[in-house]
Amino acid sequence: MNPFTLTRAETVEGAVRDFRDSDSPAFIAGGTNIIDLMKENVARPTHLIGLNKLPLNTIEPTAEGGLRLGATATNADTAWHPEVQCRYPLLSQAILAGASPQLRNMATNGGNLMQRTRCYYFYDTATPCNKREPGSGCGAIGGYNRIHAILGASEQCIATHPSDMCIALAALEAEVHVVGPGGSRVIKFEDFHRLPGNTPERDNTLEPGELIVALELPKKGFEKHFSYLKLRDRTSYAFALVSVAAVLELDGSTIEDARLALGGVAHKPWRDKAAEALLIGQPATTSTFKKVAEAVLKDAVGQGTNDFKIELGRRAIVRALQQATAGGKASDVFLNSNP
Amino acid sequence: MSNSATPNTTDSPALAPPATSPVTLRINGSDMTLQLAPWTTLLDALREYAGLTGTKKGCDHGQCGSCTVLVDGKRINSCLTLAMLHEGAEITTIEGLGQEDNLHPLQQAFLDHDAFQCGYCTPGQICSAQGLINEGRAHTEDEIREMMSGNLCRCGAYVGILNAVKEVVDAQTARRQ
Repeated sequence: MNPFTLTRAETVEGAVRDFRDSDSPAFIAGGTNIIDLMKENVARPTHLIGLNKLPLNTIEPTAEGGLRLGATATNADTAWHPEVQCRYPLLSQAILAGASPQLRNMATNGGNLMQRTRCYYFYDTATPCNKREPGSGCGAIGGYNRIHAILGASEQCIATHPSDMCIALAALEAEVHVVGPGGSRVIKFEDFHRLPGNTPERDNTLEPGELIVALELPKKGFEKHFSYLKLRDRTSYAFALVSVAAVLELDGSTIEDARLALGGVAHKPWRDKAAEALLIGQPATTSTFKKVAEAVLKDAVGQGTNDFKIELGRRAIVRALQQATAGGKASDVFLNSNP
Repeated sequence: MSNSATPNTTDSPALAPPATSPVTLRINGSDMTLQLAPWTTLLDALREYAGLTGTKKGCDHGQCGSCTVLVDGKRINSCLTLAMLHEGAEITTIEGLGQEDNLHPLQQAFLDHDAFQCGYCTPGQICSAQGLINEGRAHTEDEIREMMSGNLCRCGAYVGILNAVKEVVDAQTARRQ
């Protein structure tokens, strides 16, 4: 790691001020991604602002009937929180499908959103990467791209967003509460992460120096019919090749409300509201699910090594919707939801 | 160049000694004050500054689990965190779990079940298993496998590791009933 200075912020305002007044600063909470990136020389901040003393680690109900997840609450404390397990089991399941118990004990809710792609070329400073070094090119296009994007990619970047938690947050339509030099604001989850376009160095829509202080879940948790299906090269402790968060609200066998979000396929958690709308008012049957799966993947483009993800994505959508229809079981929340 | 008589001395600020400061860590029940740079990881602080080499450096990237220690009773990867961020926390390493003449139940179980070959991953496995027991959520073989997945064993002693952890988990469960 390159030398840097380190301070530990006591207040949100102090952290934001410290960031504004420093050269090449970065926030550090759990550190599980940024320390790794600093060891690899991909991230080179010269000043770190520690966030783990901030009073942001609580999980509490909101006035609107939802749940507010503090930005520095750990992924483990969030996944095992009784309110999350009971009202938002999809979120528990997704968090527990990611990383390892040790990492989940360190990683925070805000940090989970801020983690960067695990694209091999992004990590390898001997290769070109438009995300790491804008204008240098993309090693993954025409390279080995098994883990890369099939939807929403650009000619500059085909990296994928690596989070499991964020796929559930996308399906649940969480809000991201941030504080920055210009004050505080709320970002809809679908607007938080972005597609690469011509500026793949930007993973999200935060302005410089803005700090995530909380995630808010709306009242509706889809606790009866949910599934987080994660497909990967080994059954535990691996990133998703394709994952699907599916939630349904059923009246008998008719679908009243439905949301789908895909992980491992794009630069952000992938939602396709037009495709989701095909579920509404329809019977919860495999033939309905297959139509929706076709619609979600209709514009998918393989890059060679990842062509398999297109058919895998279709089948994963169908399977996740079948699992959600059957009803999530509380015991499923403990172990990951591999088929 | 300076006119110093010492040949290795220059005026270049790049060669200034790293900015260290005293950091007091509570390790295995005792306070230790170490002179550390901000970029010293908890793992390096334990091994290189506190002299506690039981905690192992495997991948140094949070992928193998051999650096697992307990911080306030919770298992973490010590390679992915900065020592300075843990001032005031209670850190437990393998040296704090048992002693040679008074083995921790997990250490005895690992011997009894042949749960290692080279032994390099073992301190991390045992600290992780203690974290799993503190959490109190994993009971069945499948649950223990899933909740020990952050610890890799290149010798492939997983069958013995599972049996050793299961034995101690079962004994703890029986004691609570």
